[in-house]
Amino acid sequence: MASFLQANLPYILAGISVGGQYALIAIGYTMVYGILRLINFAHGDVFMVAGLVMVYASASLPMYISIPLVLIVTMALGFVIERVAYKPLRTAPRMSLMISAIGVSYLLQNCALYFTGGLAQVYPSIPWLSNTVTIWGATTKMVTIVTPILTIVLVIALVTFIQKTKMGMAMRAVSKDFETSQLMGIRINAVISTTFVIGCLLAAIGSLLYFTNYPSVIPTSGSMPGLKAFVAAVFGGIGSIPGAVIGAFVIGICENIIKSMGSNWTVFSDAFTFVLLIVVLLVKPTGIFGEKATDKV
Amino acid sequence: MNETLYTSSEKKTGNVVAICVIALVYVFLFLLDNFLPSNSFTLMLIPVLKKGAIYSLICVSMNLLNGFTGLFSLGQAGFLLIGAYSYAIFAIPADQHSAVYQYFDGGLIQFSIPEALGSVLGTNLGSFLGAIICIIIAGLIAAAFAALIGIPVLRLKSDYLAIATLGFAEIIRAICQWSGLGTITNGSNLLRKYTSFSDIKISFGDTVFKLSTIFPFLIAMVSILLIVLLINSSYGRAFKAIRDDEVAAEAMGINLFKHKMLSFVISSFFAGVGGALLAMYQTTIQASAFKTAMTYEILLIVVIGGIGSVTGSCIASFLYIACNEWWLRFLDSGSVFGLSVPFFRDGFRKVVFSVIIMVVVLFFSRGIMGDKELSFAGMIRRLKRKKKPAKAAEASEGGDGNE
Amino acid sequence: MSEEKMVLRVENVTMQFGGVVAVNDLSIDVPEGKIIALIGPNGAGKTTAFNCITGVYEPTNGLVEFMGQPMVRNHPTGKMKKQYLGQDAEKYIHDPVLNPSPDKITHLGIARTFQNIRLWKSMTVFDNVLTAKHMRAKQNVFSATFRTSAKEERRMRQETADLLAEQNLLQYQNELATSLPYGLQRRLEIARALATDPKLLLLDEPAAGMNPQETQELADFIVETREKYNLTVFLIEHHMDLVMRISDYIYVIDFGSEIAQGVPREIQSNQRVIDAYLGVSEDE
Repeated sequence: MASFLQANLPYILAGISVGGQYALIAIGYTMVYGILRLINFAHGDVFMVAGLVMVYASASLPMYISIPLVLIVTMALGFVIERVAYKPLRTAPRMSLMISAIGVSYLLQNCALYFTGGLAQVYPSIPWLSNTVTIWGATTKMVTIVTPILTIVLVIALVTFIQKTKMGMAMRAVSKDFETSQLMGIRINAVISTTFVIGCLLAAIGSLLYFTNYPSVIPTSGSMPGLKAFVAAVFGGIGSIPGAVIGAFVIGICENIIKSMGSNWTVFSDAFTFVLLIVVLLVKPTGIFGEKATDKV
Repeated sequence: MNETLYTSSEKKTGNVVAICVIALVYVFLFLLDNFLPSNSFTLMLIPVLKKGAIYSLICVSMNLLNGFTGLFSLGQAGFLLIGAYSYAIFAIPADQHSAVYQYFDGGLIQFSIPEALGSVLGTNLGSFLGAIICIIIAGLIAAAFAALIGIPVLRLKSDYLAIATLGFAEIIRAICQWSGLGTITNGSNLLRKYTSFSDIKISFGDTVFKLSTIFPFLIAMVSILLIVLLINSSYGRAFKAIRDDEVAAEAMGINLFKHKMLSFVISSFFAGVGGALLAMYQTTIQASAFKTAMTYEILLIVVIGGIGSVTGSCIASFLYIACNEWWLRFLDSGSVFGLSVPFFRDGFRKVVFSVIIMVVVLFFSRGIMGDKELSFAGMIRRLKRKKKPAKAAEASEGGDGNE
Repeated sequence: MSEEKMVLRVENVTMQFGGVVAVNDLSIDVPEGKIIALIGPNGAGKTTAFNCITGVYEPTNGLVEFMGQPMVRNHPTGKMKKQYLGQDAEKYIHDPVLNPSPDKITHLGIARTFQNIRLWKSMTVFDNVLTAKHMRAKQNVFSATFRTSAKEERRMRQETADLLAEQNLLQYQNELATSLPYGLQRRLEIARALATDPKLLLLDEPAAGMNPQETQELADFIVETREKYNLTVFLIEHHMDLVMRISDYIYVIDFGSEIAQGVPREIQSNQRVIDAYLGVSEDE
């Protein structure tokens, strides 16, 4: 056991780290789904855009300005996407909303393709986060240690926000019953916008951590982490924040263990996520912490 | 919103006109393949026609599932991939195996159906029939996979179904890229050298005619015709009933699982056929191209054409392919009519596209055709009404209807 | 009542959602050719009882027999076993569980309508009825696609046209189902149910949202339909005058349990019913 740990520690550490990053994206999915019942296919691309903004911002601005700028731009993007692409479809069938999300995803990817000219953009190394550290004989970047801690701090902050503040209460009400909350005088649009802004903020933080581990950003960088984060959200029971976080860590760790099994299996590190998804959907479609919803006839 | 029923005479004239138009199209395609001189215009036109026909079939097959049965499936790329690979694997000539499967000792399957038939029936007829057989095999394999995947997946509800089918498509892609199956799928390497459109010829005595554009049209048209026949049959009505109201459909004795499975398997069969045609068109294929983005692209074409409209999907496919490959090329080229425009560079075309798509999704959510069909009977009626408004008015009222 | 042939027998049916007992130990006999009504205040569990009969829900305990054959049978299992609050948990424990899906039950010959009309909204009136005939059509997907069963299709179309003509709906045949006025939509839903060739027709609040005039017409229509198609009718209703006028026998439930049964006259004078239902409800 000890030798297994010794040999696989880098992978497990990487798994925990990437799991934390998925968790930050997954929260955006799960919150939006909880409120709008929408799989926000564009969320992964928002994450990618955050990465690109960082690339361009850091090229001309110092780090202490670029990082807040990335967070603000990403939040603004989330707000605009919701207002432009989802708000007009509030009474439309759910399929239209999903198609709109896919359309936004397509748009963001193509815009990214246009601005980058199809070239991979080298991600800047963020000081301190990119430093290497050695723990128990495994050499890794500082970000690997920071990610799980930061993720847990942010999740606790978010849960406190949802439990304790008035806006958080409104969010819970809207996710329970959209129409009734509207009738009760909750300003639905403000709640939905807040949800998107929070989701995007976390995705932006996730992108800072995620891309520090990777050399570059390309227009499709967001789609796979996005899908995995979504699977994490489903795994944990969509709508549940702790569920999404646990799901993300499980996926991150498992996927890195598969990577450690040799190059023959690496192709399955992505597919594994979906196998997990399908198993969860078949065994417990509502996820680990999900609530059961029944259709009224 | 009246759905118009055509009188039998209108139907008859409609059919006659349709057959004439189709015959004209085929004569034109035949001329294009064999006699018209190749110039810059036909060089653009031919690929657009081929790819447009293939995409029409792919989009109609997706529409059968998403538009007519109301199953929001995002697994189309996976079935296209299965179709393309199945086709290619059975159509690589024997002596090319060592070149194609260079990393896998020449591969496991050591024959090619078009070649085997060619040795009996002559090269031209052999590759023609062999390609068709391979295409059917491609469809059947895709359908078989769909049947397996459908058992767990079709019990899921809307968004879960979408994400599960999307997941299966990704799993299929991973399996095709896996080196463990390399002797069949060639791992993550290209499959190439199989029978493609340019190999499809027909010979009368000594004269040989090329059929490279007619062939995809023919296969796509027959397939779409079959789908239309299905949609207009009792089963098609049952599919629509499931789309409109699942609970009511079940209460009226329609077995949900059986009918969803039928729709899923049939749609996947034709997606497999479409994938095979796509493989023929591209002459080389690689699993890494069949990403989720491909499914999204197909879905967006279906949305532009109108969810629940076969003719809409076809029109949108040709429009999309023509714009993408031809008419809007100038957006990427950096200049228009000799004027250089600074922001016209690589990728701008795609941005314009995405914006158009978003406008359609947000403001014209019914797409080009809504859930209506374009039919010759309808067009004739409109023309008549314009000429003799009084006479037409007493016949009946209403807009376009289905055939 | 025991000499009559029972089309439907509901025996000790209990439906429990977690700790809520929506239907408690309900037993109902529906004799052939009669109109039987199930009434009760809002939320009494009427529609839940219907859903147990038609396979939408799986009852926690109990038996439903159709034409003398057991159709639905269940006993508390798994988590329900410990939480079970109904009666007679042991009664059906030794018999195999039967739990057919709604379409199988419709195959047997039970057709239903819905409280909130559920017509297929993109289809015409004609297609709504025609599609309901799909279930009994002798064809498969190949014969239907390749038109080798065109004869069957013609027969279905003819029968649909006949049925619509009998129901006075033929003049609307090419209209979208949802464009019809409310009363006609109700009629169409019944016509669609008849298209499945039922022996037993279940009507879930057929007069909901109708004015007295329309209700009157509906009452006549139900009686006529029953005679014309040789049906047995089991209905849930809120409109007291409709129920009292056309029913042969009435069951009253409140909070999931039966509180009374009898012919309309008996029910009208039953004190428990008046207390539970008629006395409290002011709008009826």
